[in-house]
Amino acid sequence: MYTASDLRKGLKVEIDGEPYIVTDFQFSKPGKGQALYRTRLKNMVTGNAFEKTFRSNDKFQRAPLEERTMQFLYSQGDEFHFMDNKTFEQIVISREQLGDNINFLIDNMEVDVLLFKERPIGVTLPNFVNLVVIKADPWAKGDTSGTDTKPVTVQTGYTLQVPPFIEEGEKLQIDTRTGQYLTRVKE
Amino acid sequence: MANSFLSRRAEIIQSIRTFFINRGYLEVDTPIRLPCLIPEAHIEPEQSSGWFLQTSPEMCMKRLLAAGHREIFQICRCFRRNERGSRHLPEFTMLEWYRVGIDYIDLMAECAGLLRFVATRVDCPDRSAAALVAQADWQYLTVQQAFALFAPVSAEQALAEDSFDEILVRDVEPNLGRGRPTFLHDYPAALGSLARLKNGDNRVAERFELYVNGLELANGFSELTDADEQRLRFIRERALIEGQGRQPGPMPDRFLADLGELQSAAGIALGVDRLVMLLCGARSIDEVVAFTPENL
Repeated sequence: MYTASDLRKGLKVEIDGEPYIVTDFQFSKPGKGQALYRTRLKNMVTGNAFEKTFRSNDKFQRAPLEERTMQFLYSQGDEFHFMDNKTFEQIVISREQLGDNINFLIDNMEVDVLLFKERPIGVTLPNFVNLVVIKADPWAKGDTSGTDTKPVTVQTGYTLQVPPFIEEGEKLQIDTRTGQYLTRVKE
Repeated sequence: MANSFLSRRAEIIQSIRTFFINRGYLEVDTPIRLPCLIPEAHIEPEQSSGWFLQTSPEMCMKRLLAAGHREIFQICRCFRRNERGSRHLPEFTMLEWYRVGIDYIDLMAECAGLLRFVATRVDCPDRSAAALVAQADWQYLTVQQAFALFAPVSAEQALAEDSFDEILVRDVEPNLGRGRPTFLHDYPAALGSLARLKNGDNRVAERFELYVNGLELANGFSELTDADEQRLRFIRERALIEGQGRQPGPMPDRFLADLGELQSAAGIALGVDRLVMLLCGARSIDEVVAFTPENL
């Protein structure tokens, strides 16, 4: 249980059955008046944000959030199936909830799934993934068009800019946080 | 790297002293650790081996007035639990001054005089704030007027709905002291526990707050000198403290006994750290103190 004086940026709380993260926080206290804790809260499921002012005696629950390492099994339409490797429990996460993460998701990949009351609300991928190039234009040696990158498509269907010497079948290391090419992986 | 605001802070404090000494005030230093405090519903004191650290020097300073001193000032540390934010420290520096024979109107004028003196004596890093304070034309708004101007509801309605503080902080305060300093005065009677009720209108207390650039700097009032009325108000205040699940400290009986000896007077508390923030253009109180609790 938290009281208002525990509020700070980044705190995750449960309000009306929903998980919220405090994105902005300000303590105010008018002269001789009561302490007020002014916050901006973002719903961790919907992303909706609103402002709310709490008083000292207000109490709220810690948002029951749990992070579990899970393995990506397979996708079926817009449903992506994951399994907890310890309990063998399986869960489904929608394409919408995964967002840009699906650009880097490959079979058997281990990811961190954030759960709110057993409900998945977010996925964190490893910072770096290795993906195979399935489509690349050939490198025209001596190309003087001035560009020093070209687009390639990797096995997940994601297209990114890489140096011109990258060819089909090669494996690339990609930063999942920026979506950018890092280096060629030799095996 | 050395904090350049600390030398400004020292100059500001020095000029405050000069102002009061020039006017014949006596500088006093009363004990910080006390066996009992003035009960205040929204101030939580820090305990110290069964006694308390002062949340304000008000009690001791008024007892000095009762003992015959007529013009006194003090710059001291005060302690209030759980107050921490960009404008709050749980240990902060307060200036208080009291004067016999004046009321809150006279005190507002003297407070304006002090701030103009400091803003023109010290080479303030925030020149526009210093110029704003130094001007002659200050604004006087009653609480009722300020709510009518800036709030969606009247002050009476806000009080009745128990949302006075929220509306004050959200809608009113940010608009005060813009372009010129603002005295917000004539508070609803319920919000001036130690203030005298206004002559001819007992719905309001002779209390004021000073705002500059939306920043609250000072709180002053005509002192209540009726010991019986003060005891009744303390009893109500202690009930509010108990209602919050806190234990009120002992009743300040000696203070109440001395209050009977007090002539009509007015007194004010001004946050020195806030004044330094204003004149230095600091965004946070952390910038104007040597150490915050977090980096001790």
